[in-house]
Amino acid sequence: MSHDLKTARNQGFISCHTCHLLCRKAGTDAIMICPRCGSRLHQRKPNSTKRTWALVLAAFIFYIPANVLPITTVTSLGIAQSDTIMSGVLYFIKTGMWPIALVIFVASIFVPLIKLLILGFLLITVQRKSSWRQKDRTRLYRITEVVGRWSMVDIFVVTILVALVKLGALASIQAQAGAIFFCAVVVITLFAAMSFDPRLIWDTKESLNE
Amino acid sequence: MGSLIACHDCDLIQRLPHLTEPGTVQCIRCGAVLHQKKRNSIERTLSLTLAGLVLFGLANSFPFLAFKLEAQVRQTTLLTGIQELYAQGMPELSIIVLLTTVLAPLAQMLCMLYIVLPLTFKRIPLALPHVFRLLRRLQPWSMMEVFMVGILVSVVKLSKMAKIVPGIALFSFLALIFILAALTASLDSHLIWEKWENRR
Repeated sequence: MSHDLKTARNQGFISCHTCHLLCRKAGTDAIMICPRCGSRLHQRKPNSTKRTWALVLAAFIFYIPANVLPITTVTSLGIAQSDTIMSGVLYFIKTGMWPIALVIFVASIFVPLIKLLILGFLLITVQRKSSWRQKDRTRLYRITEVVGRWSMVDIFVVTILVALVKLGALASIQAQAGAIFFCAVVVITLFAAMSFDPRLIWDTKESLNE
Repeated sequence: MGSLIACHDCDLIQRLPHLTEPGTVQCIRCGAVLHQKKRNSIERTLSLTLAGLVLFGLANSFPFLAFKLEAQVRQTTLLTGIQELYAQGMPELSIIVLLTTVLAPLAQMLCMLYIVLPLTFKRIPLALPHVFRLLRRLQPWSMMEVFMVGILVSVVKLSKMAKIVPGIALFSFLALIFILAALTASLDSHLIWEKWENRR
């Protein structure tokens, strides 16, 4: 199907990232500026696969301490109790608040992991210049872009708990190192999704040889 | 006849039809949204931005949530948690929370105001492309709707332990989320670029 379709790349054009003006490509290594809005023009996001791989791997590494280390410590009348993300989910299940347990589980454990797996999968298929189900893979990318921000829920919960529960010896809540690692995972995966260029999915062997 | 553009998701060159009625144009190959034509885009964006700024002021100056345990009451504003995280030796966390719930939404609205206020008076703002680019960069970091879910979870979590009293700021905040969502959808970027291109 890609034989008769014209892309900006195989026709020697560059689409501006900011204002979407279609610009004719100058020489091979020239630095180009969009004549309408002044943005730097790139045919594809620069070093997209390398950057995205680096960020995906970094996020994978941080995902481990984010889940193993406690994110909060509750001190109530001298007794301290630390909670990880998973123990928070289990607490909600035990107390019968399973909708909240589901929200936390999906936002904090499932979404970051599935996002990293999807990006890894997209990177591998892009590097193999696969033409398998391109439309579905583009859709998969859009999902990772939309869904990633919701993982911040747990960080916001920690912020609110820390603010509210500060009643001296009676009860107080401290943020712990796990929260920093978790926040790092979310921020890094956001950058990873931004650095991935979905147009690479459509740069297959056939479309590039034209 | 409309202009030729390349899809931002799959790079396919296609002719963008010139819309006279509000509607959406999707890429014929991958389904990406290429253009959304809105009715009165600029006026609508301006009014939403002004409403958003007022609500933002309210949300940040009134008590947000109060926590009652026996005789003790603790009142908080939106910024309390951010200060508290900083005081607990977590500056990284507090900066991220400050950015995503206060700075990014505020900067987003100010950029919008900078773009659409002159346009309503048929003037073209200086350095419009820079401000527009900044606006696009900020958008992924503005996470007020996610913060709202965070509030919901925290309230449920603490409801067994103590009494939680919602404040004025909470309601302003709730309204602000809808305003922000409508705001991001209301700006017609093609229209802005057309005006910039024909500025002389």
